[in-house]
Amino acid sequence: MNIQRVNRVRNFHQAKWDEEVIFQLHSPGERGIIVSEADQEIQQEVGNGISSLPSHLIRKEGPALPEVGQMRVLKHFLRLSQHTLGADLNIDIGQGTCTVKYNPKINEVFVRNPKASKLHPYQDQGTIQGALQIMYDMDLYFREISGMDRFTFQPSSGSHAILIMASIMHKYHTVRGESHRDELITTIFSHPSDAAAAAVKGYKVITIFPDKNGFPDIEALQKAVSSRTAGLFITNPEDTGIFNPFIDEFTRIIHEAGGLCGYDQANANGILGVTRAKEAGFDMCFFNLHKTFGSPHGCGGPAGGALGVTKALESYLPVPLVDYKEGKYFLNWDNEHTIGKTRSFFGPFPVILRSYAWIRSLGEEGLKEVARIAVLNNNYILKNLTAIEGVESPFPGGKHRIEQVRYTWEKFYHQTGVDIHNVIFRMCDFGFHLWTSHHPYIVPKPCTIEPTESYSKSELDEYLDALRYIAEEARKEPETVKNAPHRSVVHKIDESWFDDPKQWAITWRSFLKKHGDEFKRKA
Amino acid sequence: MKQKNKFVHPYIPNSASFNSEQIIQALGLKDIDELYGDIPERLRFRGKMNIPPAMASEQDLRKHLVSILNKNTTCEEYISFLGAGCAHHYVPAICDEITGRAEFLTAYAGEPYEDHGRFQVLFEFESLMAELLDVDVVSVPTYDWGQAASSSIRMAGRIAGKDEMLIADNTSPDRLKVIKNYCEPVMKITLVKHDQKTGMLDLADLKSKISSITAGVYFENPAYLGFLEEQGDKIANLIHQVNGVVVVGTDPVSLGVVAPPSHYGADITCGDIQALGNHMYFGGSMGGFIGTRDEEKYVMEYAWRLFGIAKTSVEGEWGFGDVAYNRTSFSVREKGKEFVGTAAALYGISAAVYLSLMGPKGMKELGQLILQNALYAQKGITSLPGVRLRFRSTNFKEFVVDFSSTGKSVAHINKALLAKGVFGGMDLSQEFPLLKNCALYCVTEMHSKPDIDTLISALHEILK
Repeated sequence: MNIQRVNRVRNFHQAKWDEEVIFQLHSPGERGIIVSEADQEIQQEVGNGISSLPSHLIRKEGPALPEVGQMRVLKHFLRLSQHTLGADLNIDIGQGTCTVKYNPKINEVFVRNPKASKLHPYQDQGTIQGALQIMYDMDLYFREISGMDRFTFQPSSGSHAILIMASIMHKYHTVRGESHRDELITTIFSHPSDAAAAAVKGYKVITIFPDKNGFPDIEALQKAVSSRTAGLFITNPEDTGIFNPFIDEFTRIIHEAGGLCGYDQANANGILGVTRAKEAGFDMCFFNLHKTFGSPHGCGGPAGGALGVTKALESYLPVPLVDYKEGKYFLNWDNEHTIGKTRSFFGPFPVILRSYAWIRSLGEEGLKEVARIAVLNNNYILKNLTAIEGVESPFPGGKHRIEQVRYTWEKFYHQTGVDIHNVIFRMCDFGFHLWTSHHPYIVPKPCTIEPTESYSKSELDEYLDALRYIAEEARKEPETVKNAPHRSVVHKIDESWFDDPKQWAITWRSFLKKHGDEFKRKA
Repeated sequence: MKQKNKFVHPYIPNSASFNSEQIIQALGLKDIDELYGDIPERLRFRGKMNIPPAMASEQDLRKHLVSILNKNTTCEEYISFLGAGCAHHYVPAICDEITGRAEFLTAYAGEPYEDHGRFQVLFEFESLMAELLDVDVVSVPTYDWGQAASSSIRMAGRIAGKDEMLIADNTSPDRLKVIKNYCEPVMKITLVKHDQKTGMLDLADLKSKISSITAGVYFENPAYLGFLEEQGDKIANLIHQVNGVVVVGTDPVSLGVVAPPSHYGADITCGDIQALGNHMYFGGSMGGFIGTRDEEKYVMEYAWRLFGIAKTSVEGEWGFGDVAYNRTSFSVREKGKEFVGTAAALYGISAAVYLSLMGPKGMKELGQLILQNALYAQKGITSLPGVRLRFRSTNFKEFVVDFSSTGKSVAHINKALLAKGVFGGMDLSQEFPLLKNCALYCVTEMHSKPDIDTLISALHEILK
C-alpha cells in the first residue's frame, strides 16, 4: 500500500487508550495470580507459619494493593506499552547523547535463556564458567577498543562508572599522601554526572566553558589547575559533537599538575577503532554498554558501564575481577588497593551479555563500520538540518562533527515565535522523539540529534522531512505547532503541581489524599 | 568508491554502498575518512583491534553464545539454597511478557507525551511500592539496595543536619562497603554491636553511641543474616529522642505478612526489588527503592527521580512528569542532591506488574508459603546431629546454620552437596570471622518438600 507522501509526514496517531491508573481497576476478590500452597505435610508439621512471627511484627492489615484479574492486568500494561514510543518503533535519532541504536532481538533470546537468567552469583565457580568467560572476554575486547590495561564491568551505568572513577582517584591520591587534592575539573559539555558524581566523593568541581570555537577553553583549564587538582573528567567528542583536537594537551596539563584523567566515553559511538583513550593520555575511561554497545535502555535501565584503567591503577579497581588460569575462569577478590565494592555482586550481567553478543556479531571490522556510518549519518543530518532557515549549528568547531550535533533554533524562534519545545511536542505528532540538551542550556533553544548507524538513508530523510514540515508549519500556522501535541497520548500537561509541595502527588494514594475531592472519574 | 567484498551488516543499513554512496556524494566527500579530518594524526588509531572477526550470521552467533551459556549450571538444574541478597523467586509469565515488550525494552528519555506509558508505569511502580511499604513517596528504582541505602543515609544526614550514622555491624558486608564508599566523604559511619545470641541490635551499645552528632541509625529487617529485628520500636524511639532519622532496609517479599518498617518508626525505608518478579540473572537484576512520607523536607532530599501525576489541558485526562526536578543533578549538576543516572527502570516495571498480579492476598500467601517452607527446612536441618541454628530468633526466608559441632567445614559440606546436585547455603566464614563454619541458607516459595528433603538427607549422608 502506497502511503501518500504529499505532506511528507506520516498521518500518525499514537495509541490513546485513556487508560486508568492500575488502582482504578481494583475489584475486590479478583485474583491476578494464585500462589502455591505449602505441601500438606509441611503445613501439618509447622503450622500456618505466620503465627511463628512475633505478634507485633505481624502485618495486621494487608497492603492496599489493587485486586485485578489476570487478563486485565495484562491488558493494562500492554496498553501502557503502546503509550510508549520505544526505539524499535520509530526513527529514534532525536535522543541525542543517548545513542539510541538497534538492540538486536537475538540478544534477548540469550538473556532469556535459563543458562543466563537462572544463575545465582554465589554458585560454585565450576558451575558458572560460561558467565565468567563472557566477562573475561569482554575485558579483553575493551582493552583493544580503548588501549587501557584492565576492565571491570561492576558499574551499573555510566554515572556509576564516574562515581567509581572518582573513588579510584580519591584512593590513589590518599595512598600517595596527597589527600589535599580536593578539586576536580570537568567541562560544561560533559555529562552532569561528571560533575555530580565527583561531588559525591567530596570534590569541589571546577567547570570549564567552551571557547569561541566550541572547544573547551584550554586557557581556562590552565588557570584552573593547581596543586589541589585531583584530576579531570571529560567527554570527547563533547555533547556538541565537536572533537577536541587538544585533548592530549589537556591530559598533559593535568598530569603535570599531578592529577589523573578520566575519560567519559559515553560519546564513543563515532570513534570506535578511530581514536582511543590511551593515545589521548587517559588513566581511566568508561563506555556505556546500554548506549554504544547495543543493550536496550529499558525505560531507564538496567544499564552498564565498562570501566578501564591503566596498569598503574589496576590495583584500585573494585573487586572481584575475572581472571583465567590453567583452563579455568575465576573470581579474584585480591586487589591490593581496591576501593572495595560499589554494587552488589559482579555487575549487570544481562547488559554485559547483550554487549558481548553485539560485539561478536560485528567483530573488528563491524565496530569500525559502526563508527564510520554513525559519523556519515550525523554529517548528513547536519548538512540538511542547517539548511532549514533559522536552524544553526553553533561554534565553528572543526570542519565536521563526529556522531551528534547540538543545534540552536534561536534564530528560528526570533523569526517565528515558535520555541524548540513546541517543535519537540509537534514531533510527537509524527511518531518521533526530539531532545533539547543537558542543563544548563549553553546553546540557546537547543536540540541534540544523534543518528547512530542504525537507520537507513530513507529513514534519515523521513526524520528530516518531519522537521522541515514543522519548520514550514511554524511560519504558516504557528498555533498548530504551539499547541502541540495533537495526536499523542495526552494533551498539554499542566506542570504547576510538580514544584508545589501542597499539590505534588508522587503516588496514587498521595494523589487521592490531596486531590481526591476534585477527582471525579467515572468508574 | 566501491570496495571488493564491502563489509555489510544487518545492524548497519547504510553499510550498503547504495545508501552510503548517496550520502558521500551529497556531502561532497571522496571518502568517509575525511569526516575524521579534525582528529590530529597523532591521536588516530590506525591499527587493527585484536577482536575476533564478525560473526554476522545470526545462526553462527546463536550457536556460539549457546555453547558458552551451556557451560553454566542453573538453579533449576540444581537445587539452590543460596540467597544473601539475590534469591530464586517465582517470575510470573506476564512479568516476562511485559518486560519483553519492545516499547518498554527500548524506550529511554522521551517526553511525557510520546512516552506517557513509561511515566505512568513508573508512577505505578512508585504507587504500588508505596502501598507495600505503607509510605506516601517512593523514588524510581536505583541501582540496588546498597545504592538505595547509601542515598537514604546521606539523605538522613542532610535532613537531621548531622553527620554520623549508626549502622548495625552485622549488616551485609558488601552493602556496608558500598555505603562506606558513598557516604564517608560526608558522614562518619559508626558500627553498633549486635547481640550474639539473637543477632539483633545491642540496644545498650546503641544507646552508648548516640551523641550530639548522630544523624540516625540504619538497620535491616529481615536482616542480611535472615533474622527479624524485633526491637524496631525501641530503636526508633531512641533515635527520634535526639531528632535523628531512622533508616531501615527491608525485603519487599516479606511485607505481605511482616509489618513494614514505617509501622515501627522508620523515616526512610529502602531495599531491593529483584525478588519482585525478576529472574536472578547472576546477580544482575538488582534494583533499589527508597520510600518516605510526603513532607517537603524529605522529598527535597531525594537524589533520584520522582514521577508525579498532573492534570492536562483536557478535563479528566491525566499526565505525568518529574516532581521537583530542580533538586536533581540533571538540572543543576554538582549543586544537585548527590547524582542521578540510568539505573533499573525495567526491573521496576517487572515489580509493578508483579505487585499488580499478586495483590494483597498473593503477597500474604507468598509470605506464608516462604515461612512454612523455611520453618520446615530449619526443623529438618536442626534435627541433624551437631547442627544448630546460630541465632535464637525468628527468621523469614534465610537463616544461619552452625556446623561447628560437626567437625566439618562449610566448604567441605558444600563441595559434597554440589556432587549431589545441591548448592548449599553461602559460606559465612569469610564475611564474618565470628561465624566460622556457618552457612546462610535461603528457602523460598520455589522449594518443594522433596527439594528440602533432598537437602536434609544429603546433609545427613555428608555429616555421618
